[in-house]
Amino acid sequence: MAENADVVPGVTPGLKGIAGDWSSDQVAFRGAPWGKAMMWIFLLSDTFIFSIFLISYMTVRMSTTMEWPNPSQVFALQVGGVDVPLLLIAIMTFVLISSSGTMAMAVKFGYEKNRKVCFRLLVLTAMLGATFVGMQAFEWSKLILDEGIRPWANPFGAPQFGSVFFMVTGFHGTHVSIGVIFLVITAVKVKRGRFDREDPGFMTGRKGRYEIVETLGLYWHFVDLVWVFIFALFYLW
Amino acid sequence: MAAEGQQHPIGIYLWVWAALFVVSGASYYVDWAGFQGAMRWTLILIFMFIKAGAIVWVFMHMKWERLALFWAILLPTSFICVFIFVMALEGDYTEIVRLNFFSDWQNFFSVERHH
Repeated sequence: MAENADVVPGVTPGLKGIAGDWSSDQVAFRGAPWGKAMMWIFLLSDTFIFSIFLISYMTVRMSTTMEWPNPSQVFALQVGGVDVPLLLIAIMTFVLISSSGTMAMAVKFGYEKNRKVCFRLLVLTAMLGATFVGMQAFEWSKLILDEGIRPWANPFGAPQFGSVFFMVTGFHGTHVSIGVIFLVITAVKVKRGRFDREDPGFMTGRKGRYEIVETLGLYWHFVDLVWVFIFALFYLW
Repeated sequence: MAAEGQQHPIGIYLWVWAALFVVSGASYYVDWAGFQGAMRWTLILIFMFIKAGAIVWVFMHMKWERLALFWAILLPTSFICVFIFVMALEGDYTEIVRLNFFSDWQNFFSVERHH
């Protein structure tokens, strides 16, 4: 059993191995358990979904003749009477990056079968994720109630700003929320020792195993990845 | 086939984690320092791709996966880049058409194009 998928016994490593891996009698994606491979494929489809949203954002922003609202102003917070641009967004980015780190640690301790630490890190990751969603909800309420931003108009500039913002951050926030739910479920399973005993899951006869924590980690890192793009392309640009 | 998971030293994860904070700070600085125009967009994109690459390569374990998986994910993603390029052309064209037919540009010295 190899840590590095490149040296799985019986298969060619490196570039030559690609054709071999895809050959008819082979199992594709050797070195990765099927759960991991399937999560990657799902994330690829999700990448396309978010790309579509961001590409249409780009198209809409480029083609409108009205001035696009300045995110530094729209999302600024007043701290002690001073305008701090993008403060909430910076905090949200910090929170999500922290949660990615705790997730990576959780996966590591999971494979080491350290139930206590893995559980705590999963809970911490979930709490950071929930914090992020809470801040996003606060942002939404501030924009809708205080600033008067609507999907069809806003006082700052191009009317398409609102619909793009709510669509993109809404989808992303939903993904984060679903991730938090799964993190809590998995944390409870870890705590109860279901992965040590290899108990079957709730809806399946398959045995539980710590690889599930890594698969969930892939999803969580993807959520962080999408935020990296949203932060750069929507808030900073 | 049982999963082996990570046998890699924790160090690389901590380094990447720290790097993500640093690059995020740099991205925020781009806005705070007030860069504009091409410099702003270039810096934003560079930092974005550095962070994205670090997350995929290390946190998502791609560094240690077989190339078949790596290319199965990367190749379709590269098609998205083609899509971006094409839609940028389209968006630009639409804006020019709108300015041409719906605005009074002949009577201005220059019409501002907003991005």
